[in-house]
Amino acid sequence: MAMSVTMDQVVKRAKDSFGQMFDKSLHDLVRGIRNHKDNEAKYINEAIDEIKQELKQDNIAVKANAVNKLTYLQMLGYDISWSAFNIIEVMSSNKFTFKRTGYLAASQCFHEGTDVLMLTTNMIRKDLNSSSMYEAATAMNGLSCFINGDLAHDLANDIMILMSSTKPYIRKRAVLLLYKVFLNNPDALKPAFPRLKEKLEDPDPGVQAAAVNVICELARRNPKNYLPLAPIFFRLMTTSTNNWVLIKIIKLFGALTPLEPRLGKKLIEPLTNLIHSTSAMSLLYECINTVIAVLVSISSGLPNHNASIQLCVQKLRILIEDSDQNLKYLGLLAMSKILQTHPKSVQAHNDLIMQCLDDKDESIRLRALDLLSGMVSRKNLMDIVRKLMIHMDKSEGSHYRDELLSKIIEICSQNDYQHITNFEWYISILVELTRLEGTKHGNLIALQVLDVAVRVESIRPFACNQMAILLANAHVFIVGSNTTTVAEVLYAAAWICGEFCSYLKEPQETLQAILNTKVTLFPGHIQSVYYQNILKIVTHLIQSSNNDQAFAKQLISTTIEKMSAFLSSGDVEAQERASVSLHILKTVLKLLEKSDFNINELSVLFEGSLNPVAPKAQRKVAVPNGLDLDAWINEPPSESEDESVVSETHYDNKGLFYGNSENSYSSNSYANEASSYQKTKNYVEPTADELEQQRESRKQSEQMNPFYLKDTKKSKATPKTETPTTATNGNENLQSSLSKGAIPSNLQVSLSDQLYRQAKIDEENRRLKKKSKVDGTSSKKGKKSSKKSDTVAADDNDDDIYPTIKVTRGGELPEGATASGNEDNDDDNNTKVGNKNKKYDPHRALNIDLNEVPKPTPSPPQPKQTSQKPVDVPSPPPPESHEKPKKPKKKTTAEKEAKATNSKTKLKKPERSDYKELVSPIDDEETTAPPPPASSTIPNEKPKKKKTKEKKSTSKTAAAEANQSAPLLFDIMSDEIPSSNQSTQQQNEQDLYKLAAQSDNLTVEYSIVSKTSAAELDVTFLLKNRTTSIIDHISIHVVDSMSSKLLNTTSANRISFPSLSLFPHAQNYLHVFFTINAISFPQKLKTTLSCSVNKSNQIENDTIEFKLNLPCSQYLRRKTLHSDAFADLMNSGTLTSQSNVNISTGKPNFTSIINTICQSYRLTVVDNVNSAASLYAETILGHPVALLIKSTNSPSNISINGKSTEAHFLSNLLEEIQTSFK
Amino acid sequence: MIQFILLFSRQGKLRLQKWYTSQTDKSKKKITREIIAAVLSRKPKMSSFLEWKDLKIVYKRYASLYFCCAIEQDDNELLTLETIHRYVELLDKYFGSVCELDIIFNFEKAYFIFDEFILGGEIQETSKKSVLKAVNDQDVIQEVETPQGLIDEY
Repeated sequence: MAMSVTMDQVVKRAKDSFGQMFDKSLHDLVRGIRNHKDNEAKYINEAIDEIKQELKQDNIAVKANAVNKLTYLQMLGYDISWSAFNIIEVMSSNKFTFKRTGYLAASQCFHEGTDVLMLTTNMIRKDLNSSSMYEAATAMNGLSCFINGDLAHDLANDIMILMSSTKPYIRKRAVLLLYKVFLNNPDALKPAFPRLKEKLEDPDPGVQAAAVNVICELARRNPKNYLPLAPIFFRLMTTSTNNWVLIKIIKLFGALTPLEPRLGKKLIEPLTNLIHSTSAMSLLYECINTVIAVLVSISSGLPNHNASIQLCVQKLRILIEDSDQNLKYLGLLAMSKILQTHPKSVQAHNDLIMQCLDDKDESIRLRALDLLSGMVSRKNLMDIVRKLMIHMDKSEGSHYRDELLSKIIEICSQNDYQHITNFEWYISILVELTRLEGTKHGNLIALQVLDVAVRVESIRPFACNQMAILLANAHVFIVGSNTTTVAEVLYAAAWICGEFCSYLKEPQETLQAILNTKVTLFPGHIQSVYYQNILKIVTHLIQSSNNDQAFAKQLISTTIEKMSAFLSSGDVEAQERASVSLHILKTVLKLLEKSDFNINELSVLFEGSLNPVAPKAQRKVAVPNGLDLDAWINEPPSESEDESVVSETHYDNKGLFYGNSENSYSSNSYANEASSYQKTKNYVEPTADELEQQRESRKQSEQMNPFYLKDTKKSKATPKTETPTTATNGNENLQSSLSKGAIPSNLQVSLSDQLYRQAKIDEENRRLKKKSKVDGTSSKKGKKSSKKSDTVAADDNDDDIYPTIKVTRGGELPEGATASGNEDNDDDNNTKVGNKNKKYDPHRALNIDLNEVPKPTPSPPQPKQTSQKPVDVPSPPPPESHEKPKKPKKKTTAEKEAKATNSKTKLKKPERSDYKELVSPIDDEETTAPPPPASSTIPNEKPKKKKTKEKKSTSKTAAAEANQSAPLLFDIMSDEIPSSNQSTQQQNEQDLYKLAAQSDNLTVEYSIVSKTSAAELDVTFLLKNRTTSIIDHISIHVVDSMSSKLLNTTSANRISFPSLSLFPHAQNYLHVFFTINAISFPQKLKTTLSCSVNKSNQIENDTIEFKLNLPCSQYLRRKTLHSDAFADLMNSGTLTSQSNVNISTGKPNFTSIINTICQSYRLTVVDNVNSAASLYAETILGHPVALLIKSTNSPSNISINGKSTEAHFLSNLLEEIQTSFK
Repeated sequence: MIQFILLFSRQGKLRLQKWYTSQTDKSKKKITREIIAAVLSRKPKMSSFLEWKDLKIVYKRYASLYFCCAIEQDDNELLTLETIHRYVELLDKYFGSVCELDIIFNFEKAYFIFDEFILGGEIQETSKKSVLKAVNDQDVIQEVETPQGLIDEY
């Protein structure tokens, strides 16, 4: 295509006409810059001077040329803000050529803070309304870049008017520009929204797409306000063929589904169809993302749910396998989203993820690493880590290696080492990690070693000896550079060897190794630990020497000799500790000389053991009575220097142990654990004289102080520390690998590998052993046992072949506190922080309830119409009512938040009860449309669906297109999934609601379903509002009986549904659950339902009392059984109870009788021969129930012979069946 | 929504910039510098995406030019790549086998094409034909208006 006129040509023509007047065209400038590469700045400064001259001329063409050049210079980074006024001059030219140049310059260099913008309002308004569509478009393009609050406010109306322009070219721009207006002037959203919504149905696809874009952007930030538009978007999605638009719509649904799970269910099918059919990767990717969002939001209850995940995972696998790095990257990204909710599905693709670790692209490797942590299990942990270790050797770049290291530690340590079956192996991995050059994660490794040694008691001997090897080779860690922190591991090594020195194989040699190290070269906090632990080892050596005085003397004097060197440490803390230790030793030596030494005096320093403290323990400590934490403690000069004050410093002064490295410790994710280490008991007063006193007072304060770590014995008794049983073969394993722990350090490189192999062999052995066991037992065990195992939750069968090693999980808590007790507090804190971050988000201001009508007009109430058209009510999306009791807190906080951010809603709330027809000027045209008949007719057509409420929440917006949107709305919102087995099954059996009670205001019906998974009944109440008022504050009170208990109660025996409101003539469902622990007898539960009816002027309270009937048959659940198994069961003699009954059914057809019984009582037919049938079911407690039904003499007479293990239940059931036929 | 679009050369020279959020010159410069450095340091076999602060950067290299878009967290990367490609196609159609020099010397035309294609960070016209027609129509207006324009003004 030929290039038409450019600015240069314009300038050239001008040049011809006016000779010398122009110095340079843009071309000249660009060329000049390229020719002056050496002194570009000088050249440009000259050019700017010229431009300034040009701008002083009157000729607008010259000015425009100057501005054009400035636009170029701006891009090169030169400041042109001084020319803002000239730019406006050029913008205001009435020639399109110059106007365009001016607007371009403005869009490039103006921003919302540019002060000359306030001069432009009228000019822009004039341009927006220009008769030339290109001029208007130019103005809109420019405005979209530099619009600010004032412009948005002043021009909002003009832009609104442009939305109804006859030219699609203008309309679509106006629609897109509107979004910028909203961002800068949130008040504009509400009045403009109806117009914007209309544009979704614009005849021009471009305008439609623009409206979709804008609403998508709006809805991503505040989805709940846009939920009512779902039907329109659903239709657009199924009709549109433009992928650009489809992607936006699908993205929009991704934002909406978390609020409305039923929408998600409805989406699955069209989305999976798209996934199957589309060839556009971008669309495919978007569909997968939205399907994932849907699956996350409906975590249960969808039967073909697994198929959808499988489809996504398969498609993602194809993306990841693609040679295109982009697809690979995005595939991994999406995979990690699935991983959060469906780890099993992703784990199947372990191999693929592992392959990605070898990818050339670091960002892909990092993504794969992210995935790995979610994929590990006990089975594959060792393989994965081994692979990562090999990988680490190969990889380049310390950043990536550090990333690998921290990932290895993360996946191993997650959930308190849940996946680790062999801690010897883990310790050796950690030791190997210390050989990593230049790692920044020394702290992390050190803390891991400490944590494992403290939490896993059985590993201490092994860990201790591994650490001794490290200490013996400590010299390798003395490196000059500051880039690595790997020496930190010595901190852990020294402490472990000291604290658990009884496990040391050769404590004396370890002591020598420590003493011979140039300890003073290490950071202060490491030195401190060294000195402290020298003392521990010495104590241990003397203790175990059986009072060998000579040995003790010799040992102490050599130690004193070596330690003297440490006094010269540059670190204050370390020096002090060295000095204290030294003097203790000297005192001991003195006492030894006098033969006056008792080892217990020394060993008492290190008595007791260390237990982990739960992360939140500190916060759980109740404030003692009479302690005012806000009151001054030290205001009056303290008179008594109580010892307890001194001892208290150990736990409140964190800096004590860690010195200046404290920050680096708490900055990593192990900060919580770190704080528990700080509470060690290694606090020593300088002189031995004070020790005794100190110890006494400390013991006292320990007893008094709930903060303090308890004794070992106590901690073992506390139920808070999980102590899984230690499998015997686990111990054997430990012993066998212990002997391997003694490998000399130079062979140690392969230690983790050896342990790995050993573990693999052990694993295989156990597997074989288990297999033979299972084979042996399964043949012996009868059918009954297999049935039992059915009811037990299906475990990962392979898991039990791994040894269970005792890991002290969590940590100690103060008495009476439970681990979950304060969780709510945390949540509060989190949300607060989250809110703070969002403070400056302009979208917060756009959280406006769009269904609410701005102003009520004083039109007289029309009762007849209100019942049909109660449409103006802002209502939250109808949530699944039975979910509410489970998360009442979240719900209320969310509500609070909504109220806080949207005070308007709050103010308007009283209107809800009025139910007048609210008409605003803007909505006039809509409301003149005939009122939709839908809301009154459709509930009758599909009485079972929870539709009425949706109707209400959406119908305001849907009013104009009621005929189109209303049916679709039900269509997509309804619970029904055509192909789902579940729903058909439900219809077959129990979906007939029985009347429970009725008052003037409410009809209560109910239906009972037994849960397949637990011994629970799910009772669904169907509430129908018989009034023209809103009914809310519904709560249900059920008196618990001996054998049943109401679940999820909000107060004693009561469930409240605070967020549920029933609109006039609407109906809604309430789910309540009962646990059942005995099934023998039918029950009638006294139930009270209370609610408030918001009559026009007053609120009436209504209570309905009724008996909730739980007949025995409701305790049955469907269970299919093969006829062979059934025969075995009958012959086994386990069904000891029998009961018989003869019934005259009055029905001639035997088969139909059987069908009726099956449907009413959830029985399934096992066998049906001629005039006899055997039926089977199970109670919700798992008792088998077998019935043999025979037709006697006449076909309408039957005899039922029942067998079960529960006599009472059986006879009650048969009685029930008998009565039902009468 | 697209936050901004940058075009720059292999040498790191900015060739085009379009900002759809209001930024001061100072922050524009800073962001530009950081992103150019981040993108240029990528190796050829790497994916076209990188995370930068809370934005995602999608870039693609055409000959000597990098086209680079910043999008938000939940935007579609592949769609953005298509957007970039569509823009390159538009440039190519308009200039006829576009090269870096075309964009350097006619940068305002490149901007005008942007304006017909994207408004406020959202795609406004997906049809190549319509975009080019609009750009050409405006060129015609400019051509018609120029001679008289100068005389009128003067």
